[in-house]
Amino acid sequence: MTAAAARKKTLGVIAEFSSAATLYQAAEQVRDKGYRFWDVHSPFPIHGMNQAMGLRKSPLGYIIFCGGLTGFLTAASLEFIPSSFLYPLIVHGKPVNFFTVPAFFPIMFELTVLFSAFTAFFGVFVMNRLPRLHHPIFDYEPFRRVTNDAFFLIIEASDPRFSDTVTLEFLEEIGGKDVTLLYEHD
Amino acid sequence: MAETQAPATVPFEERLPRPPMVLNNRSMSWITNLIAGIPEQKTPLWWYITIAITGSIAAFGVFCILYLLFTGVGVWGNNIPVGWAWDITNFVFWIGIGHAGTLISAILFLCRQKWRTSINRASEAMTLFAVICAAIYPGIHVGRVWMVWFMAPVPNPNWIWPNFRSPLLWDVFAVSTYFTVSVLFWFLGLVPDLATMRDRARSKIGKFCYGLLALGWRGGNRQWRHYEMAYLILAGLSTPLVLSVHSTVSFDFATSLIPGWHTTIFPPYFVAGAIFGGFAMVLTLMLPARSIYKLHDVFTWNHIDVMCKIILLTGSIVGYAYTMELFVAFYGANPFERFAFINRYFGPYWWAAWSMFTCNVVIPQLFWIRAFRRNLITVFFVCMCVNAGMWYERFVIIAVSLTRDFLPSSWGMYYPTWVDVMTFAGTFGIFTTFFLIFIRFFPMIAMSEVKTVLPEADPHYHPPAIGGTESIKEAHV
Repeated sequence: MTAAAARKKTLGVIAEFSSAATLYQAAEQVRDKGYRFWDVHSPFPIHGMNQAMGLRKSPLGYIIFCGGLTGFLTAASLEFIPSSFLYPLIVHGKPVNFFTVPAFFPIMFELTVLFSAFTAFFGVFVMNRLPRLHHPIFDYEPFRRVTNDAFFLIIEASDPRFSDTVTLEFLEEIGGKDVTLLYEHD
Repeated sequence: MAETQAPATVPFEERLPRPPMVLNNRSMSWITNLIAGIPEQKTPLWWYITIAITGSIAAFGVFCILYLLFTGVGVWGNNIPVGWAWDITNFVFWIGIGHAGTLISAILFLCRQKWRTSINRASEAMTLFAVICAAIYPGIHVGRVWMVWFMAPVPNPNWIWPNFRSPLLWDVFAVSTYFTVSVLFWFLGLVPDLATMRDRARSKIGKFCYGLLALGWRGGNRQWRHYEMAYLILAGLSTPLVLSVHSTVSFDFATSLIPGWHTTIFPPYFVAGAIFGGFAMVLTLMLPARSIYKLHDVFTWNHIDVMCKIILLTGSIVGYAYTMELFVAFYGANPFERFAFINRYFGPYWWAAWSMFTCNVVIPQLFWIRAFRRNLITVFFVCMCVNAGMWYERFVIIAVSLTRDFLPSSWGMYYPTWVDVMTFAGTFGIFTTFFLIFIRFFPMIAMSEVKTVLPEADPHYHPPAIGGTESIKEAHV
């Protein structure tokens, strides 16, 4: 494979690690080296990996807050515009003014939750650039085990510090096994 | 275990270690093989037989619904004064069952109860199917079902808008939001496991379907970062949501004036009852699945034990609510309220109220004894009692309260017809059929989440010096 693929563009270098603990330590070292375009792949989220990779907290919460606010405002206008202006429905002789606002709370709450949940659901996929049904990394056969019990670290060729030789040696040095260069397939 | 010799400075967790979540030092690949292997194996014969039975019951239930729609609600036993009978009883029964799934997936997640990982997937699926069964009833009980769209706030030629201050409309929003959010939460949790199914799939159809559903998940930490945040926030959103749904359902009754309905205790009482009935249904479904698919190392006796404790706790809350209702009826000095409760326990439907009390309050007390929490027969027996008892509770509250309200001249009895009975049986058929389809095609335990509770998932884990690593790193079976 390598002889034929050598002419093709390098995508990056992949190394396998034996456990979550070794992957964690490797991530800390890759972070300290100053690499930027890299990622660790694991069958489950590893606790504390964001710090080990030097990543900040996901900004998804702020986006979801905006979604929730949209839901709240939608509910408020959906309820008040018809009930107070378009079709003021007098039930049990109760007023339609602002003092009846507690009776509007449940739907405001429900739509806030509904819109937030939709934002969370679509937000996580948009932030992750998914759905993307094919990715060049799937061509690397051992990577199939990442959803089972394998741990990988990938440094992309687009990283400014990337070098076919130095990065490869570095990953071997920090304990990576089967360190392999990934090439683009046609 | 030299606990007595250990000095007091030894941390509590070392003196009394927590029981492991997964027994027998199982490795990650063992878990994957066990759980992903279930949908991958050849469809077993029992599955065909069971789904033939449940599918037939479901089909007959659909026939009953169609018969109702083409004939009218007169085919049910509903009458005046009992305008809400089995239809709303079954609606509340099913929606209550759904609550356990969300409790396990959201509230226990926020409380960091790691044992939830073994049962959350199946419970969430159960939630969805229970809510589907529940949602059938409000749709069909209105009589002119083609007018159901009037519940939706859409501009129409009559310029009539729904009454946004009505608990019935709150219910429409609450239940539909609950279903939607549950689907999103369930699917988000399913994506990493669908990726596992994709990577293991051998058949072309399997590769295509699981590949499509997994959306190209790669398990990178840059993905997990957002995923975990979304999961946490969805759990945080679902927690007040699940409490609000059954509260809103209880408002349908509590905001009316019928004695026996008009009580402020209803929201917490309904929510506790919903979780109580839901846990019983989770165990009813999962105990057979555990035995059939040999999930004993993942879904252990410790899991069953804590679930029994939750049943005991919520059952006791429900028992407290029953007694408090009685006390308030006595102490409140409202003769109608007082009569409603005398009628409930000593009127013509006394057997329903006492069945409810026995099944929900008395029998779950068995779970104070550890031996009963760890015996398959007693656990299953209590769960079946709770399933029945919670149905009786809704029947007693809804239908029995309506039979005798203020004026003796407007009293009346209620008797179900065969259509009532078969529609209810049909919803059980729909529920179990969906669940069978789910366990056949989807990983019924959240593999990626179970792996996080293994000791070696901890980034600071050091394998024990003697022998431990070998058993953990056992090869692919």
